[in-house]
Amino acid sequence: MHRFANPKRFLDLSRRIVPWLAGATIVLLAAGLVWGLGVAPPDYQQGDSARIMYVHVPAAWIGMFGYTFMAVASAVFLVWKHPLADLAARAAAPAGAGFTFVCLVTGSLWGKPMWGAWWVWDARLTSMLILLFLYLGYMALINAFDDVNRGSKAGAVLALVGIVNIPVIKFSVEWWNTLHQSASVSRMAAPAMPLGMLAPLLLMAVGFTTFFGVIVLLRMRSDIAAAKIRTLQLGQARTAPGDTRGTENTGEAAP
Amino acid sequence: MAKTLSRSKLLKRRRLSFLALGLIALAGATALVLTAFDDNLVFFYGPSKMQRKAPAPDQRLRLGGLVKQDSIEKVKGGARVRFVVTDRKTDVPVVYSGILPDLFREGQGVVAEGHLRKDGTFIADEVLAKHDENYMPPAVAETLKEDGHWQEQKNKK
Repeated sequence: MHRFANPKRFLDLSRRIVPWLAGATIVLLAAGLVWGLGVAPPDYQQGDSARIMYVHVPAAWIGMFGYTFMAVASAVFLVWKHPLADLAARAAAPAGAGFTFVCLVTGSLWGKPMWGAWWVWDARLTSMLILLFLYLGYMALINAFDDVNRGSKAGAVLALVGIVNIPVIKFSVEWWNTLHQSASVSRMAAPAMPLGMLAPLLLMAVGFTTFFGVIVLLRMRSDIAAAKIRTLQLGQARTAPGDTRGTENTGEAAP
Repeated sequence: MAKTLSRSKLLKRRRLSFLALGLIALAGATALVLTAFDDNLVFFYGPSKMQRKAPAPDQRLRLGGLVKQDSIEKVKGGARVRFVVTDRKTDVPVVYSGILPDLFREGQGVVAEGHLRKDGTFIADEVLAKHDENYMPPAVAETLKEDGHWQEQKNKK
């Protein structure tokens, strides 16, 4: 594990992985969307409206996966103090929040024609909304401190506390009466849909996962680059005393 | 050198056990809270539960179940609908005036919001359709119905 915690090795590895992940994302999402929206059969009750699941369901999965990823990275950061784990958690937050938002919006668009309501306060919908607020709270918290390290620690604790929401989302439809139906795919019994619907759904899910991976890796790389620039600027400011006082970089900090 | 290494290892182990203990305590607390609020976390009551609860006539609540076969009846030229919500044990008659969702049909899940009158009739001011987790192409559904496997398929879960 320490092998991958080396930033230099991470930069080398991620530079080689990102183009492949990005290519896979484009191919998977294109194939999944064409298959799901065009080729797959309509539902016997909901007709073509059910096709919104090809975006809604994978977005919900990645919203929850992203949070779990963030919580695991936060735990690694708190216990082993790996700076890359902190970067990974910070990078995952906006991506996960985006997927959660897409899930909520598409769910609302689906709910109006099928259920008859844009939104209801049942356990599944409410716990998913809490997930979005956890992401937003995490992002606000890590940026609320002048000391970056303190922000990371506070955020990591919040991410770990919020992990209790993930099983609540998953099992909300089984523990309580909800308007939202129970799971069709991730359950003990065989999936409650034919292969012609399941295959494009899984394609989309894999595509969203690689998309999530691309976003996280790119954000981590750019964070590392930004940290390098800061270090370089600080070094420059130190090696050239006196005459750099008036430049943009140090101008504000000067007394 | 060796001593500082083992010390940092010790610290890591301590942080890990604190983290594990914290998560276990958190999970326990959440489970207790959710169990305590169980009755408030449900979105609707089934017909049997609704009758057992015997709510006050002005108490707003939601009734959920299946629309009973052959129970939909339009009155006043279709402006008002009567139907029966059932859980196959208890039936509750419902009266509703308003627009019904597309998925509203006999044998289909439904959630009605309103209040229970003294005579046992539920007066709804909002009706939502609830669909189940089964998706299938229309042709497959037709074949299942023709072959008479429809109910077993539905009851299998």
